[in-house]
Amino acid sequence: MNEILFYLFILVLAVFTGYLVIGRVPAMCQTPLMSGSNAISGVTVIGAILITGAETAPNISSVLGVIAIIVAMINVVGGFVVTDRMMSMFHK
Amino acid sequence: MNISLIISSAYLIAICMFIIGFMRMHSPATGRSGSLVAACGMMVGIGATLIDKGILSYNMIILGIAIGAVGGVWLGRRVKITAMPQMVGLLNGLGGMASLIIAIVELLHLITTTGDEVNPAKGFVIGFTVLIGGVTFWGSLIACGKLQGIVTSRPITYSMQKTITAAMAMVGLGLIIYLGFSLNNMPLLISLVIISSLLGILLVLPIGGADMPVVICLMNSYSGIAVVGAGFVINNVFLIVSGALVGASGILLAVLMGKGMNRSISNVMFGAFGAVAENGKLGLTENKPVHKATADDVAALLSSVKKVIFVPGYGMAVAQAQHGVSELGSILESRGVDVKYAIHPVAGRMPGHMYVLLAEADIAYNKLYPMEDINSDFERTDVAVVIGANDVINPDARNQPGSPLYGMPILNVDKARHIVVIKRSLSPGFSGVDNPLFYLEKTLMFFQDGREALDQIISAIKNY
Repeated sequence: MNEILFYLFILVLAVFTGYLVIGRVPAMCQTPLMSGSNAISGVTVIGAILITGAETAPNISSVLGVIAIIVAMINVVGGFVVTDRMMSMFHK
Repeated sequence: MNISLIISSAYLIAICMFIIGFMRMHSPATGRSGSLVAACGMMVGIGATLIDKGILSYNMIILGIAIGAVGGVWLGRRVKITAMPQMVGLLNGLGGMASLIIAIVELLHLITTTGDEVNPAKGFVIGFTVLIGGVTFWGSLIACGKLQGIVTSRPITYSMQKTITAAMAMVGLGLIIYLGFSLNNMPLLISLVIISSLLGILLVLPIGGADMPVVICLMNSYSGIAVVGAGFVINNVFLIVSGALVGASGILLAVLMGKGMNRSISNVMFGAFGAVAENGKLGLTENKPVHKATADDVAALLSSVKKVIFVPGYGMAVAQAQHGVSELGSILESRGVDVKYAIHPVAGRMPGHMYVLLAEADIAYNKLYPMEDINSDFERTDVAVVIGANDVINPDARNQPGSPLYGMPILNVDKARHIVVIKRSLSPGFSGVDNPLFYLEKTLMFFQDGREALDQIISAIKNY
């Protein structure tokens, strides 16, 4: 299979999975779930790591790459910290 | 063993952990462990990436991860629960920015290694990621500014707004296609960055503060789509799948929010709710009699009944009255009153915001009821206490086909035996529409700031 087609194939399945997994979330959990999914969108940090690591000497690409790592890491860590905070507030 | 095989397996495990984490986040009982599972999945993914053979130097990476992690912990601990929508908005924006940078750096890399001889498809995905990343970053910043009060929360509209926005989107798409055939073209890339930034700003500026829940969900979705784009740019299936999960969830929540307001997503994004509000104001009737009440009247009423439902709106959070509500609720419970809390799907400034605000004020989550589950309870309720809610309890939405609110799902507060409304003045809600509930024979209006009102009622009720 053509590589791009293969990726599209996976993409479509993932969209359906996302739809089904989030679909029936009760209103009570929507805010933490959103901050959790927000944290997961910070997974782009992996791309930032790969592009930064490809540079050996400091140059424009590695500087931009580090900025991307920093902001994506804030997204990941900040997102999970607030999700945990909110989830821990729920009690019976 | 082959390193790339190890990495791919780790990515597969990480994806499973994300999905399991999401599933556990469906219930407050398992939610915390769910978030932990997803966070561990992220660590597995990042850890596996670090052993990639393509990484030649670690100094900058370690530096970036350390700064970002410290910043994330600092921000995450410091932010108030009332400010959660802004926080999520800001984080969405940062994610979008990261994806945009990845696309640009990959473009620079391609130019130095292969010159102009690149498959146009690569140029398209790079251009697409730059566009969606820029829209996410600037759109989120504006949404964040509106929620924080830095940017006016009123819709900013201008003539030809839709035409200009649509034209810019077309120009953006044109630039993406051009970029596919002319990769080594800096002015083109810079124009695309500028267009995407302007588009993000112009898309969100015309949207009012109360519509921000939908915008925040959409931006969440866009940040996921930007991750998918970044995944295509660097051929990383892990990014594609994770981004798709986030993108789908964001759209889904946006649609749910739209339903709660009886509006479609396109109506929120491009609709003219301001115009409707102007018409609504004409219906405002001056000097209609209301039953004004004091804290003592409310306390006397509340201490003589068996079943009470509190109806909090965002006004309660603005007045920081949730702790007062919680205290009053537990005083009533200690006297054997059945106390419940009714929550409208769009209460608050992001999906589910009101639940989190009340949970923070120490109210048990099994007393918080979504609209569908509690609406049939109101007719068997002695007192419904409304704090800082307005449009979501307007009976016109059910009864008056001419009302701009008609068709919006509402809480059936008007069916309760008595109604207490705590509100600073008779001013209309976001929609600008008058609320007939306030003039009913059985409604007591307590005109006071929410927090002050609760304090007064709490000290008054101790005498009964």
